[in-house]
Amino acid sequence: MEDIVTQIQGIPLDHYIIFCSIIFAIGVTGVLIRRNVIIIMMSIELMLNSVNLLLAAFSAFRGDASGQVFVFFVMALAAAEVAVGLAIIIMVYRNNKSVDVESLSKLRW
Amino acid sequence: MGAIITLSILGIILLYFGLYNAKKALLPTALIGLLVAIGFYVSQWNTVPDPIFNGMVVFDHLAISFSILCIVITGLILLLSKEYFRTMSEHIAEYYTLILFSLVGALLVNCYHNFAMLFIGIEIMSVALYILVGIRKNDLASNEASMKYFLMGAFSTGFLLFGITLMYGASGTFDLVGLRNYVNGVSAVSPLFYGGILLMLCGLCFKIGAAPFHFWTPDVYDGAPILITSFMSTVVKIACFVGFLRLFSTVLVPLDGFWTPVLLTIVVITLFTGNITALMQSSFKRMMAYSSISHAGYMLFAIVAVSVSSGSSMLVYASAYSLASVIAFGALILVKRRTGSDNFESFNGLAKRDPWLALVLSIAMFSLAGIPLTAGFMGKFMMFNQAMGAFNVTLLVLAAINAAIGVYYYLHVVVNMYFKAPAAQEEKGLEISANYKVVLTIAALLTIVLGVYPDVILSFL
Repeated sequence: MEDIVTQIQGIPLDHYIIFCSIIFAIGVTGVLIRRNVIIIMMSIELMLNSVNLLLAAFSAFRGDASGQVFVFFVMALAAAEVAVGLAIIIMVYRNNKSVDVESLSKLRW
Repeated sequence: MGAIITLSILGIILLYFGLYNAKKALLPTALIGLLVAIGFYVSQWNTVPDPIFNGMVVFDHLAISFSILCIVITGLILLLSKEYFRTMSEHIAEYYTLILFSLVGALLVNCYHNFAMLFIGIEIMSVALYILVGIRKNDLASNEASMKYFLMGAFSTGFLLFGITLMYGASGTFDLVGLRNYVNGVSAVSPLFYGGILLMLCGLCFKIGAAPFHFWTPDVYDGAPILITSFMSTVVKIACFVGFLRLFSTVLVPLDGFWTPVLLTIVVITLFTGNITALMQSSFKRMMAYSSISHAGYMLFAIVAVSVSSGSSMLVYASAYSLASVIAFGALILVKRRTGSDNFESFNGLAKRDPWLALVLSIAMFSLAGIPLTAGFMGKFMMFNQAMGAFNVTLLVLAAINAAIGVYYYLHVVVNMYFKAPAAQEEKGLEISANYKVVLTIAALLTIVLGVYPDVILSFL
């Protein structure tokens, strides 16, 4: 365990911050420009995972376990959210025969 | 904490009732459970509000009063739901359960003292709501609303989490008191922390539906079943506001030079977008959605000019707004059942056919518009007073203009009810069941009482 922490600390913290920000930005861009709901959900997962990575890095650098505990909460709740989200997508697909966001235009966006 | 545990267990018990087909017992049991929860909160009123469970939650007066408000509003909505859900599906136990679980999330957000609880509370609240919004499985509008709500909710959670992470990176703690000590203790707050504030602001503004993050609100409110819309626009919104207020009033007050301009811009944009778009709507339900955006703008006043009295002005405003919303949506259900449409025209001549309903709905509209002698006036007065205390004169002028715009579209409904002739074939009055009468009368009476004598709840905070 000590090994992992020293290994994580071998890379400067700034690099983690920049790396995670880039992943987060990719996720945000994906949500905004992609039209397929499955891909939008993947992008959201990317956002949440960049958060997890950053939390783990901060936690290792500070020697404080609460950040890693928070990662567990995020993972558990993200899983619950995805379960509900996929159910919603299946429901929409049954009625609409498509999972394209553009096809959902009954209500004004 | 007793209340939260009670309501979680109550939700599970109700699921079993559904399993054993005890449909008659659902509503009474749910209401008894809500009363027990209120009892737990009331009994906690005089205890010393120390954070419990290692600083995870704190039951101070802010949390208790808003929690009781949330429970009362949920109770009113459940009472309205008696026949409503029966027409939609066989599985009515699930509705009650999901609403209660969502309420549990709202109560957690009300009392959080650690970002972990804020996050978990918001998620419990939202995940149950994603299902509730899409509960009409074969209705395309409901499906679409549910999908949009899910995508936007998850997206905004991402922002919220990234903000929390950056704050953690700067301060090394998720605890509100720890964060406050960090903000007060260091000479220069780390740039990471500022980034965290902005991202959390984005995430929370998504949740409360403040412009420019409001674009999902009208569609979701429009597509969801009416009762779920009323739950979303009252309980959920109130809880998110309490989360917002608690974060800003405990932690971020010393940094107000940084976030006040940002929040001020958001408030002004929210007020104008909400009100001007509400003017152009032809559907009552969609008008209520936009009006809820503009009310979010007014409620943000309490945070822009954060002070010791912020909590009490927000409590008055939130009670006024949610009581009036419950009446408006309840009346909409009745009218829609009769005419099959939720346009303004379906309210034509309601006063002749059903004077009582028209009167109650007028009280609600006056309250939303902020006419004196109703709770909405007291709410607006206290919010404006709050902004006045902080010498935000420009904000005050803009808000007054918006209040005037608001009067126009709220009174549109009243004019339709009293001065327009009804369509010829609708001469009989609506059949209104006893539970609707009770709920709408209670809500209207409370609106008047709060408007005349706001000390009833002001003395609490």
